[in-house]
Amino acid sequence: MAGVLRDCAPLYATGRGVKSIHSFCRFFGQDHLFPPAAEIYHLIKKLTRGSLLVSQPTHAEMEGSLSNSPLTPGIVANRLSAADYSRNFTDHEAPLDAHEARVAADRCYFCHDAPCITACPTDIDIPLFIRQIATGTPDAAAKTIFAQNIMGGMCARVCPTETLCEEACVREMAEGKPVEIGRLQRFATDTLMAKGVHPFTRGAPTGKKVAVVGAGPAGLSCAHRLAMHGHDVVVFDARPKAGGLNEYGIATYKAVGDFAQAEVDWLLKIGGIMIEHGKALGRDFTLADLQSGYDAVFLGMGLAGVNALRAGGEDKAGVRDAVDFIADLRQAGDRSAVPIGRDVVVIGGGMTAVDAAVQSRLLGAENVTIVYRRGQEKMSASGYEQEHATSAGVRIVTHAAPVAVHGNGAVTEVEFGYMADGPSGLVATGETFRLKADQVFKAIGQTLQGAPEGLTLEGGKIAVTGAGRTSVKGVWAGGDCATGGDDLTVTAVAEGRDAAMDIHAGLMA
Amino acid sequence: MADLTTTFIGIKSPNPFWLASAPPTDKKVNVERAFAAGWGGVVWKTLGSEGPPVVNVNGPRYGAIWGADRRLLGLNNIELITDRPLEVNLREIKEVKRKWRDRAMIISLMVPCDEESWKDILHRIADTEADGVELNFGCPHGMAERGMGSAVGQVPEYIEMVTRWVKQHSRMPCIVKLTPNIADIRKPAEAAKRGGADAVSLINTINSITSVDLDDFAPEPTIDGKGTHGGYCGPAVKPIALNMVAEIARSAETRGLPISGIGGVTTWKDAAEFMALGAGNVQVCTAAMTYGFKIVQEMISGLSDYMDRKGFTSTADLVGRAVPNVTDWQYLNLNYVTKAQINQDDCIKCGRCYAACEDTSHQAIAMSADRTFTVKDEECVACNLCVNVCPVENCITMVELPKGAVDPRTGAKVGDYANWTTHPNNPSVAAE
Ligand SMILES: Cc1cc2nc3c(=O)[nH]c(=O)nc-3n(C[C@H](O)[C@H](O)[C@H](O)COP(=O)(O)OP(=O)(O)OC[C@H]3O[C@@H](n4cnc5c(N)ncnc54)[C@H](O)[C@@H]3O)c2cc1C
Ligand SMILES: Cc1cc2nc3c(=O)[nH]c(=O)nc-3n(C[C@H](O)[C@H](O)[C@H](O)COP(=O)(O)O)c2cc1C
Ligand code: SF4
Repeated sequence: MAGVLRDCAPLYATGRGVKSIHSFCRFFGQDHLFPPAAEIYHLIKKLTRGSLLVSQPTHAEMEGSLSNSPLTPGIVANRLSAADYSRNFTDHEAPLDAHEARVAADRCYFCHDAPCITACPTDIDIPLFIRQIATGTPDAAAKTIFAQNIMGGMCARVCPTETLCEEACVREMAEGKPVEIGRLQRFATDTLMAKGVHPFTRGAPTGKKVAVVGAGPAGLSCAHRLAMHGHDVVVFDARPKAGGLNEYGIATYKAVGDFAQAEVDWLLKIGGIMIEHGKALGRDFTLADLQSGYDAVFLGMGLAGVNALRAGGEDKAGVRDAVDFIADLRQAGDRSAVPIGRDVVVIGGGMTAVDAAVQSRLLGAENVTIVYRRGQEKMSASGYEQEHATSAGVRIVTHAAPVAVHGNGAVTEVEFGYMADGPSGLVATGETFRLKADQVFKAIGQTLQGAPEGLTLEGGKIAVTGAGRTSVKGVWAGGDCATGGDDLTVTAVAEGRDAAMDIHAGLMA
Repeated sequence: MADLTTTFIGIKSPNPFWLASAPPTDKKVNVERAFAAGWGGVVWKTLGSEGPPVVNVNGPRYGAIWGADRRLLGLNNIELITDRPLEVNLREIKEVKRKWRDRAMIISLMVPCDEESWKDILHRIADTEADGVELNFGCPHGMAERGMGSAVGQVPEYIEMVTRWVKQHSRMPCIVKLTPNIADIRKPAEAAKRGGADAVSLINTINSITSVDLDDFAPEPTIDGKGTHGGYCGPAVKPIALNMVAEIARSAETRGLPISGIGGVTTWKDAAEFMALGAGNVQVCTAAMTYGFKIVQEMISGLSDYMDRKGFTSTADLVGRAVPNVTDWQYLNLNYVTKAQINQDDCIKCGRCYAACEDTSHQAIAMSADRTFTVKDEECVACNLCVNVCPVENCITMVELPKGAVDPRTGAKVGDYANWTTHPNNPSVAAE
C-alpha cells in the first residue's frame, strides 16, 4: 500500500487541483488503482495532513534526478523533491471545512462558567463562539474571539491547546477527546479574515500619543486596543518586518503562507497605528526620548538575546542558535534552498528545540536528535509537542549535557556527559558519549536584551505589577520581556491588551 | 450590528427575546440574572389568586427526550403555576421592574373562571408597574382539572369572556396565551380577538407522556409508582408551534393580530423563523432551562448578523415576511420539477440515501461497486428524503429543471404554473 502511494505521489503532485476521490481516480484511470480508492484517498489525505494540493514538481524531479538526498553529507540544500517540501511545510493541522466544523461544534456542551474560558489566557468566550459556529454565524463567532484576542487567528494555529483550553474541556475528562477548540477558532477567524473585514472601529480621537516598543504579539495587541480607544500609537521595531516571533519564530507548518504578515495588515486596519521599522530602542532612541515625546510607553520587546552553551568548541562552524535557523527558514521563500545537515543535534528541551528539530527533519536531515539535560517530564515542550517530534522521526535523548563540540573547523561530533538528579540539582555522572553531527542548534533559552536602564528587573525580565506596570511611572511592559505568565503568543496578546486598558484608564482619568 | 429594539403591542424591549412564563421567571433572583445576561423581557411565572398558593409534587417534575450525544430535544413537565405567595411575587415584580426599566415585564395570570376573581387579581397587580398581562389559558395539567388553564383555552367562548373581563377591568395591554391542545388553533385566536386581546402568544405545552419505566410500569416522571401526562416543550415542538403561528398570521379573521411566538426557540434561527411567520417577538423557556441564560447572546448576535446580511434595519422588516408564502397544498405549483443531485466531492459514501430511496421511496439512486451514489433522473420524484437523511449538509441538493426541459421520469415538458385546482385528475375539475 505504502509503495503504491509513493509511486502515486509525484503524479498526484502535479498540481491539477485534485480534490475528490472521483477526480483523483479519473485522473489516474480507475483500473490502475489496486486498493479500494477510498482507502487511498484517506491515506493520502492523512499523509499530506489533509492538504491534497501539492505544487508542480521541479524539472529535476520529473527527470528523477535530485541534486541531493537525505544521505548527502554536510549542510546542503535541496535534499528532497519539490512535492516533499510542499507537503512538509503545509499546514500541520489542516483547516476544518464547513462540514467538519459543524460536527466539531456540535460536540460543545455550552458549559456554565466554562473551564476552557478560564484556561484561555485571553478569556475568549469559547462556548459562545462555538455555538455561533453551530448556528451558522461564523462571522459573529470571529467577533466574539477578536473582542478578547485580536490575534485569535494566529493563536488558533500556535496555541498549545493541549495544555490550555482543550486540556480543560470537560469532554477531555469524559472521553479523552476534547472539543477541537483551536481548529474551530481557526475556522471562525479564517472565515471573517478571508473577507478582509475588520470588525472594530476606532473610537473618537483622544489626542493622546502612546509609544510601543516591539511589533510582536504583545506590542501589536496593545497598539490595537489603544487605537480602538482613539489613541494614536507609534510602534517601533528593530526588525524590518512586524509580527515579532509570529513572523520570525513560529514553526513554518503552524502559520503557513504569509499568514503572519496578512494578520498584521488586517490588524492595522483599525487605523491610528504607525509602525516604524528598523528602529531599535537603545540604538536609535532611548526610553527618555519616548517618555518625553509620548503620553505613555509600552515595552513589548520580547527576548532578543540567547543563552550560550558554555561548552568548548561552541564557535565551530555548523553550530548556531536555533532561533536564527528558524528565522532564516521562515524568511526563505523557497524551502528547498535552505541548507540543512545530514546529522543534526539540537540542544534544549523547549518549544524552540522541538521546532528546530522537526523542521530539520522536514528539510530532509537524516538523523535528528534532541538532547536535554534533565528528564523528559521536565521538558517545557508539552507532551503533545514531544510526540510530534518523535513521530517526525526525531530522537529525544535526556539526562545529557554538552561537554564539548569536536571537529576540525566545522563540527563533526558533540560530546555529552550523562546527568543525574542529585539532592541539590543536576550532577554529572562522569560517563560521556558522542553524537555524530554536521549541524548543531542551540535552543537553551532566550534572554532579555537591551532593557532600558532604570527599570527594575526580576529573574532577568522586566518586573511588572498589575496590568503590566513597570517600576517607572508611565512605562508598561508585557509579553516575553516582562515577568508573569508563560512565554506564549496568547499570553503576550493578553498582557498587551490588559496594559492597553490600564494605559487608557490612566490617560482618560 | 443591527438594532434589535422591538416594540410589541406598545411594549418596548431592547431585543425580541423574552423569557416565557415558567421556572426561569419565577423569582427575582432568576429574572435579574436573565436581564443581566441580556434578555429583552420576561413573562413572570403565572400567578394565581390571593390565598394559599398551589403546591407542587415533591418528586421529579420532568421527563425528557434526547437525541444523539444526549442533546435535550424535548422536555415534559408536571409543574403547576407559581407556588410562592402572591404578595412576594408582586413585591419582587415591582422591585425588578424599577431596577430594569428598559426591559419588558409581563405578568402571567391564571385564576378561576369568574369575573370577581379576575377583577380581584387585576386590582392587586395594578401598581406593580408591569407593562402588560398574559392570560394563561394553556397549561394542560394540574390546573386544567380545576377548570383553569387549557380547560379555558379549549373553549373559545370562555376565552372571549375572560379576555373581555380583563380588558374591562384593566388598562394594561393584554396577551392571551393559547394552548396547542386543540384541533384548530384559529378558533381560540379569533375568540381572543373578539374579546379585545391586544395579542396572542403560543404555544403553551402539549399533552404528553415522554417515556415509560419498563420495570415499574409507570409513566415518567414517576411519583411513587404513578405518573401523569405533562406538558411537552423544547426543540421537538417547534414545528407544531410554527404551523400554529402561521395559521393565525394568514387567517383572514386574525390577520394583523400581534403574535408572540413560543415553542422550541433555541437559536437565533428559530427566532427568525417564528418572526418571518408573523411573530412580533419570541418567548423562550426550554432552551434557557437547558443551557442557561447566556444563550441569549448567541440569539442576539445571530439575529443581528442575519439582519445586517439582509439589510434589515428593524425587526419589523422581518416580521411576517414569509406569511404570504404560506399557502394551501392545492395551490402549490405541480409544474415545478426538481431532481436530487449528489455532490460527489462532499459525499462520504455512507449509503443512507440509497437505503432510504431503495427501501422506502422510488428506487432512484444507483450504487456502484466502489460506492458511488448517483441519482437516476428518470426515477427521481423529487421527494427529497435523501437530502434529509444525508449526514452531510448540502451534499445532496434539489436542482430545478428549467421551463421547457423534459422531465426524464414523465417524458413531459416542464410547463407554466398549474396547480391541483385545475388538474385533470382532480374529480371536482372533471365534474365541471
Ligand atoms: C522558536 C519559537 C517557537 C515558538 N512557538 C510557539 C508556539 O508554537 N506557540 C506559542 O504560543 N508560542 C510560541 N513561542 C513563544 C512566542 O512566540 C512568544 O511567547 C511571543 O512571540 C512573545 O511575544 P512578544 O510580543 O512578547 O515578543 P516577540 O514576539 O519576541 O516580539 C518582540 C518584538 O520586539 C522587537 N524588539 C526587540 N528588541 C527591540 C528593541 N530594542 N527595539 C525595538 N524593537 C525590539 C523584536 O524585533 C520583535 O519584533 C515560540 C517561540 C519561539 C522562539
Ligand atoms: C417547567 C415548566 C413550567 C411552565 N410553567 C408555565 C406557567 O406557569 N405558565 C405558562 O404560561 N407557561 C408555562 N410553561 C410553558 C412555557 O412558558 C412555554 O410556553 C413552553 O415551555 C414552550 O416553550 P419552550 O419550547 O421554549 O419551552 C412552563 C413550561 C415548563 C417547562
Ligand atoms: S436542579 Fe437538581 S439540585 Fe436543583 S432543585 Fe432541581 S433536582 Fe434539586
